[in-house]
Amino acid sequence: MATYLEFIQQNEERDGVRFSWNVWPSSRLEATRMVVPLACLLTPLKEHLDLPPVQYEPVLCSRPTCKAVLNPLCQVDYRAKLWACNFCFQRNQFPPAYAGISEVNQPAELMPQFSTIEYIVQRGPQTPLIFLYVVDTCLEEEDLQALKESLQMSLSLLPGDALVGLITFGRMVQVHELSCEGISKSYVFRGTKDLTAKQIQDMLGLSRPVVPVQQGRPPHTPDQPIISSRFLQPVHKIDMNLTDLLGELQRDPQPVTQGKRPLRSTGVALSIAVGLLECTFPNTGARIMLFTGGPPTQGPGMVVGDELKTPIRSWHDIEKDNVRFMKKATKHYETLANRTAANGHCIDIYACALDQTGLLEMKCCANITGGHMVMGDSFNTSLFKQTFQRVFNKGFSGEFRMAFGAILDVKTSRELKIAGAIGPCVSLNAKGPCVSENELGIGGTSQWKICSLDPSTTLAIYFEVVNQHNAPIPQGGRGAVQFVTQYQHSSMLKRIRVTTIARNWADAQSQLQHIEAAFDQEAAAVLMARLGVYRAESEEGPDVLRWLDRQLIRLCQKFGQYNKDDPNSFRLSESFSLYPQFMFHLRRSPFLQVFNNSPDESSYYRHHFARQDLTQSLIMIQPILYAYSFHGPPEPVLLDSSSILPDRILLMDTFFQIVIYLGETIAQWQKAGYQDMPEYENFKHLLQAPLDDAQDILQTRFPMPRYIHTEHGGSQARFLLSKVNPSQTHNNLYAWGQETGAPILTDDVSLQVFMDHLKKLAVSSAS
Amino acid sequence: MSVNQQAHTGPPYGQPQPGYQGYQQPAYGGQPLPGEQYGAYNGPMPGYQQPGPPQGYFPSLGFPSKGSPVSINSDTSSLPPNFIGSLRAPPTTGAPPPASGAYNQFGHGDVQNGIPTSAAPVQRPPASQPFLPRSAPSQQYGPPPASVQQLTNHMAGMTIVSTTASAPPPAGLGYGPPTSAPPVSETFSAPYTPYTASPGPPPTTVFQGPPLAQPPFPAQPMSMQRPPTQVPGFAPPPPSTGLGPSPYPPPAGAPRPPPMPGPPLPGQSLAGPSASQPNHVSSPPPPSPMAGPHPGPPMGGLHGPPPPTHPPQPGYQIQQNGSFEQVRGPQPNYPGAYPGAPNYGSQPGAPPPPKRLDPDSIPSPIQVIEDDRNNRGSEPFVTGVRGQVPPLVTTNFLVKDQGNASPRYIRCTSYNIPCTSDMAKQSQVPLAAVIKPLATLPPEENLPYLVDHGESGPVRCNRCKAYMCPFMQFIEGGRRFQCCFCSCVTEVPPQYFQHLDHTGKRVDFYDRPELSLGSYEFLATVDYCKNNKFPSPPAFIFMIDVSYNAVKSGLVRLICEELKSLLDYLPREGNMEESAIRVGFVTYNKVLHFYNVKSSLAQPQMMVVSDVADMFVPLLDGFLVNVNESRTVITSLLDQIPEMFADTRETETVFAPVIQAGLEALKAAECAGKLFIFHTSLPIAEAPGKLKNRDDKKLINTDKEKTLFQPQTSFYNNLAKDCVAQGCCVDLFLFPNQYLDVATLGVVPYQTGGSIYKYAYFQLETDQDRFLNDLRRDVQKEVGFDAVMRVRTSTGIRATDFFGAFYMSNTTDVEMAGLDCDKTITVEFKHDDKLSEDSGALLQCALLYTSCAGQRRLRIHNLSLNCCTQLADLYRNCETDTLINYLAKYAYRGVLSSPVKAVRDALISQCAQILACYRKNCASPSSAGQLILPECMKLLPVYLNCVLKSDVLQPGPEVTTDDRAYIRQLVTSMDVAETNVFFYPRLLPLTKADVDSDSLPAAIRNSEERLCKGDIYLLENGLNIFVWVGVNVQQGLLQNLFGVSSFNQISNALNALPVLENPFSRKVRSIVDMLQVQRSRYMKLIIVKQEDKLEMLFKHFLVEDKSLNGGASYVDFLCHMHKEIRQLLS
Repeated sequence: MATYLEFIQQNEERDGVRFSWNVWPSSRLEATRMVVPLACLLTPLKEHLDLPPVQYEPVLCSRPTCKAVLNPLCQVDYRAKLWACNFCFQRNQFPPAYAGISEVNQPAELMPQFSTIEYIVQRGPQTPLIFLYVVDTCLEEEDLQALKESLQMSLSLLPGDALVGLITFGRMVQVHELSCEGISKSYVFRGTKDLTAKQIQDMLGLSRPVVPVQQGRPPHTPDQPIISSRFLQPVHKIDMNLTDLLGELQRDPQPVTQGKRPLRSTGVALSIAVGLLECTFPNTGARIMLFTGGPPTQGPGMVVGDELKTPIRSWHDIEKDNVRFMKKATKHYETLANRTAANGHCIDIYACALDQTGLLEMKCCANITGGHMVMGDSFNTSLFKQTFQRVFNKGFSGEFRMAFGAILDVKTSRELKIAGAIGPCVSLNAKGPCVSENELGIGGTSQWKICSLDPSTTLAIYFEVVNQHNAPIPQGGRGAVQFVTQYQHSSMLKRIRVTTIARNWADAQSQLQHIEAAFDQEAAAVLMARLGVYRAESEEGPDVLRWLDRQLIRLCQKFGQYNKDDPNSFRLSESFSLYPQFMFHLRRSPFLQVFNNSPDESSYYRHHFARQDLTQSLIMIQPILYAYSFHGPPEPVLLDSSSILPDRILLMDTFFQIVIYLGETIAQWQKAGYQDMPEYENFKHLLQAPLDDAQDILQTRFPMPRYIHTEHGGSQARFLLSKVNPSQTHNNLYAWGQETGAPILTDDVSLQVFMDHLKKLAVSSAS
Repeated sequence: MSVNQQAHTGPPYGQPQPGYQGYQQPAYGGQPLPGEQYGAYNGPMPGYQQPGPPQGYFPSLGFPSKGSPVSINSDTSSLPPNFIGSLRAPPTTGAPPPASGAYNQFGHGDVQNGIPTSAAPVQRPPASQPFLPRSAPSQQYGPPPASVQQLTNHMAGMTIVSTTASAPPPAGLGYGPPTSAPPVSETFSAPYTPYTASPGPPPTTVFQGPPLAQPPFPAQPMSMQRPPTQVPGFAPPPPSTGLGPSPYPPPAGAPRPPPMPGPPLPGQSLAGPSASQPNHVSSPPPPSPMAGPHPGPPMGGLHGPPPPTHPPQPGYQIQQNGSFEQVRGPQPNYPGAYPGAPNYGSQPGAPPPPKRLDPDSIPSPIQVIEDDRNNRGSEPFVTGVRGQVPPLVTTNFLVKDQGNASPRYIRCTSYNIPCTSDMAKQSQVPLAAVIKPLATLPPEENLPYLVDHGESGPVRCNRCKAYMCPFMQFIEGGRRFQCCFCSCVTEVPPQYFQHLDHTGKRVDFYDRPELSLGSYEFLATVDYCKNNKFPSPPAFIFMIDVSYNAVKSGLVRLICEELKSLLDYLPREGNMEESAIRVGFVTYNKVLHFYNVKSSLAQPQMMVVSDVADMFVPLLDGFLVNVNESRTVITSLLDQIPEMFADTRETETVFAPVIQAGLEALKAAECAGKLFIFHTSLPIAEAPGKLKNRDDKKLINTDKEKTLFQPQTSFYNNLAKDCVAQGCCVDLFLFPNQYLDVATLGVVPYQTGGSIYKYAYFQLETDQDRFLNDLRRDVQKEVGFDAVMRVRTSTGIRATDFFGAFYMSNTTDVEMAGLDCDKTITVEFKHDDKLSEDSGALLQCALLYTSCAGQRRLRIHNLSLNCCTQLADLYRNCETDTLINYLAKYAYRGVLSSPVKAVRDALISQCAQILACYRKNCASPSSAGQLILPECMKLLPVYLNCVLKSDVLQPGPEVTTDDRAYIRQLVTSMDVAETNVFFYPRLLPLTKADVDSDSLPAAIRNSEERLCKGDIYLLENGLNIFVWVGVNVQQGLLQNLFGVSSFNQISNALNALPVLENPFSRKVRSIVDMLQVQRSRYMKLIIVKQEDKLEMLFKHFLVEDKSLNGGASYVDFLCHMHKEIRQLLS
């Protein structure tokens, strides 16, 4: 058997699943002592080159409470045409279509390599994708122009039959009717008034007219060719219209007096968008795309008043509880988000402004519904333009890399229960025998709805081992988990992806080394981080840090090898060796540290952290740093201040930022223009290399990172300096050689100090 | 009554005068003369009081009353006829000639005018004399100034008349003999020449007296017969009217008078005689009691025909008896009657025999109108004199502003105000002014001059803030001025300083409109603007109901088509090239649609606002636009609106949100403006101001009836208040197919100074013209916005009550979001102190408004009135039309809070008191059975009856609740001319029209008896025109007018007369067109065939007849009135 590393990687590629533990402790008690919970990162729609979907319905276990899907782990009696469910042990007849089944003629779902399989099923009417643009018109002229162009461009990226709609807002909210000839028509709403869904529908004329049943006449059955067609039209039909309409969009004419913010009715606009879709296309894939250039300043969901002299809330204000609007606004958006999620729609937020735009309050809209959250300085930046374009990226098959209205159903062997999930999902409150009472993340259910997802969307799912301490290792020695994801593919077809995995049970007392060896520290770090970030949303920052620290210490105590009270004796096995370092960086990350971040930024970072896959998440936790120099090929270097050398070019990727940093000498050379001299062409190449690499990252990542090109002493160098481990600071500078890097002006502890303390605490018999 | 009427005939007197000359002249011309004499008289006569100063004036005044008119007529022999027309044309003629001679001398100068200014406020002749007075007055008034001369003129006129008239003979006889009067006249003449004119005047009153009584009699039955009524009437009436009676009496009076005439006369005679005669003759002394009254003349006048002898003249009798009925009896008898008359008075019983009061013998509106037209229509009305009674509204006359506002702007119920509140209370005559601040003037008259005092703004009194006006007294060499209202002395601002001439007048008197004219405008400074910011030009917003009904009836398309061209005719200021007014468009049903028609757009944008619960305007820019800049977009929009809603199924509408939307739009644009709302149905959609159908005819005649006139909810009142604050005026065009609660919907238009137009069961084919014409006129008419009006008065009286379409947030300022040239405000005054005869009473109406170009202006109207210590003067200077205007408005407001019955009773009782007070204090003693009406008020009963019978106060079963509410609001902002024709419609015999002249055929009285089966008539009341076709009309006429060959072929459905090329058709159509032009609303034309079912509707407007809903006939009502009066007297 290959190493665990390979196993893990293989599993990830095939199933999109990574477990924190790949060998499971067989009892609840032991599992608890493992500190890091048994959990996995699931990427439900992980792209899979060799996964041809099958065009039939999955076969389900007939037990009503189980309904697991036939999978390679099932025992099959080919002669009797029976199969036994590996979750509930129910014996099931194969359906008639499987009459020809035999050992040599197996359906795909029984083949081991199809532990993940995708079914295309024909269910329900096919509804086109829906894109509802909600556009802020209180923008600077330049911004608005750029946005208009982006939107117009996006029309060409949509499939012809996709429905589009347009809502604009400023002081008021306008819902544009798209089907009119000769006159452009819109419904206008006051931006200050909270309307119920019913009211909105009535006002848009969407509620079916109550036709009084006249005697003697059959009730009038209007040929309701979808009344909503007025607001949502297939792109191919109104392409020109909409392009013109967007072209004619004017800035909100409401005069903004000196010292005031423009009045922006984001809350009502969103509410109307949600209401509109809610009554016209419930439970079909739809994106509400909100483009906003500033904070909501009036009406429900307002985040800040229109007086410029009152600044928008900061973390400081929040800690002091000096925030007038936050709670109410948050509540407003939460309500909206929940309604949206209930209807299977999603909300994207594209917020471009130099100041905050209220993402803190609005975050749940994107978080809960699986929508995107993009934050930029202006719509007239490539960051926004590229990112927005990337929303409509297509996968290998030429289809959008987006899916809608997914329902994730998790089934477990009896020894396991589901504690919860963390990710862009909402609970469907499906209670069942495999639902644990202890919640981690969004718990209490075995089903979640993910209104929108793409191939990288990743959920963390936490389990609980419920096998009693004294019970024997379960039958067969393996535990199994099945993930069933039903979703609307961008081709409009319904699909079901089923992933079934199994892991060995091990007795933690006798076989701890197996379990230890099967620890996936990367997955574990991300899973713990998600838990931490999840907690940070509702708890005070220091508490979360303390909790994380305690978990780390306990883990070290459990798996470290040391002599009591002898820090120097402390050792961690290879499979744990990076974990403390991840935790160190996590503690410093913007996900848990709000210092120097605005509430919006924090929300933005956390939003992305809660949905990216393991690799990206790790980058977020611990940015990667590459060094380019004449001394050799580009190489990853320690994220440490000691890596900052004068003759190096550094490329740092924090996921959100790509920083290229020219060392002092390099920068001087560049200033001197050596790169332009033919004899120094190699220098030119050296300068170019990181740029190219950065481009590669920029091209693929969503959202597009902020690209920063700086040099030693540059103001933007702070992005780098704040990330590296401050091994050299103004405090210890002279203890180190002059040549060994750049001092960081900080009082933060360095990794070394952190580790020292960790060891001390881990070996301490007191704790 | 009859007497009075006769009095009117008075003019005739004049005519008859010839004989009387003396009298008449005095009377007519004479009256003026009295002037001096009056002085004297005054002593005796309370009425005259008009102190000496006036003398000159007085005379004029006096004359003016009736005599003068004559003069006017004078030229046209016809006139006399007119007067007489009613009664005694013939008689008149006779006398005149002589008079003329004499008078002529006087007359010579046309000077009148010039003089007129003379303070001598033309006093109306004593009320009593009405008739004469009227005619005379008018002339005189005009002339008064000239006093003498004028008189002469009049006289001349008179004479002429007389001459023309055959009457002479009778007159001669009668008159001559009757009294020494003639001599008097002569004497006068003499005096006149000198000056006396004044004296003349007094005569006016007198006239009647003199001429009247005796003359007629003397005239003999013979004459009577001829001129019958007339002559006699004339003569007599005068007396009656005149007060003079007493004086007269002596002359002939005594003898005849006693009988019937007496009574009538009394009224007249009293006034007339006493005053006039006294003057003239000194007759005063003579004033044998009876004489005056009997003045038989009156009688005569009335019954003229019924020579003296006939005691029981109808008219008289009536009066006498008090009970009309009885009277009736007499009427027939006339002759006998007279004699008997007295008896009647005494005997109620008498009546039995005579069953009916002769309609011809009771005061005739037609006659009065004709007289006034003839007497006063030809001379300009010069406003220089204080307290002049202007010609009737039905008379065409020019106005020369010489310091008082034109009667087109302000009319008062009385031009002579009692000095004390006790007097006012005693008389019960309401003191009110009907003000139409932006009235349209005929092209011959000058618009008020615009005065710009620069940054300092208009000069005002420091204390009461009255604006500089002709009545301000400059003192201390012009350095200060004393306020004519509050007497406070204010420094003249340095830049306004000017030296005074030797008379104390500023040297620049004639250069400054505010010093020499009654009406003028000031350019307001920024201090007079809202928020201290000059206003932006106003905006018009067209708000069109596009619910199913509106679309289906074709209304929406019609409006849109019309607007395309109509937008070129928005009102503009003076000579501006294009209107400054911006326009906006909204359509609505259950939701509102706003349109962005910004010029830069390729196509209009529609913005739907469904949040009707909380209305707002969805766009700031592009909603209100300049028509020319956005023309293509607007045209495109108007083309599309009918298409867009062609398939609508929406039947529900909202209403309040529509107004709110307009209001918000104007607020956002920071301007004032007007909303034109085209609405079809009861707003039952869920929205603020939602209404329910609460129409319930069962409430009629119950205590709850008032609720039908009250709004269902106070919501609209609050809305109206907001509208007024913003200067948002609402004009409402209603097209109901069923009840839509005008009472509630009308609240906002009403309180914002807007108009309501209602087209029930609108059908494109039949109602399109009417609607479009109304719309055009409504859009084009001159209008001011954001107006505040305040009426300041001399210390002693105060404006206490206001009627009209406006809002008041305090007790003095009338606020109107919009005010157009047709809107009228009636203001009632009450005493809060004493007034003095010397200084009279002044009114200053200041209207601050924003012109259609956005200029802030102040329009000032000043009017000076006389004050009196004698009730007779009050009664002599009343204006019945204005009085009716006030009473109607008062009553119509009353129905909001009191049962209709109570309102009606109150009206009757007030009028009874007015008349009783006159009878008691001003008429010479006479039999209680006589009904004596003041000359100026002799139409009060007939008009009052019309008010009482109107749909609001006495609805028939076919009148809808909405109609009543509509009429109620309509009347509330009508001016005097409109109420006049509304309550007493004009009935014209078309078949009598002279196809070759421009003139209208002479109107006839509104009674079925006057209709002839062989004729075609036209009746108009300002809202409708009926063309009534008798069953026996010649085929040729039918062919000419309708293009059909028989009566049966005339279609009821016609809503216009076919255009046929023949003189008759042309003439009739031109008449119709002429009438349409005169009215502020386009009248609906209805063809009524005799004996057709529509005729019921038509008969409703024959207001002298008994109405189907129980309204009394004129005759019956008169009797009832008499009874009431008698009760009061006893």
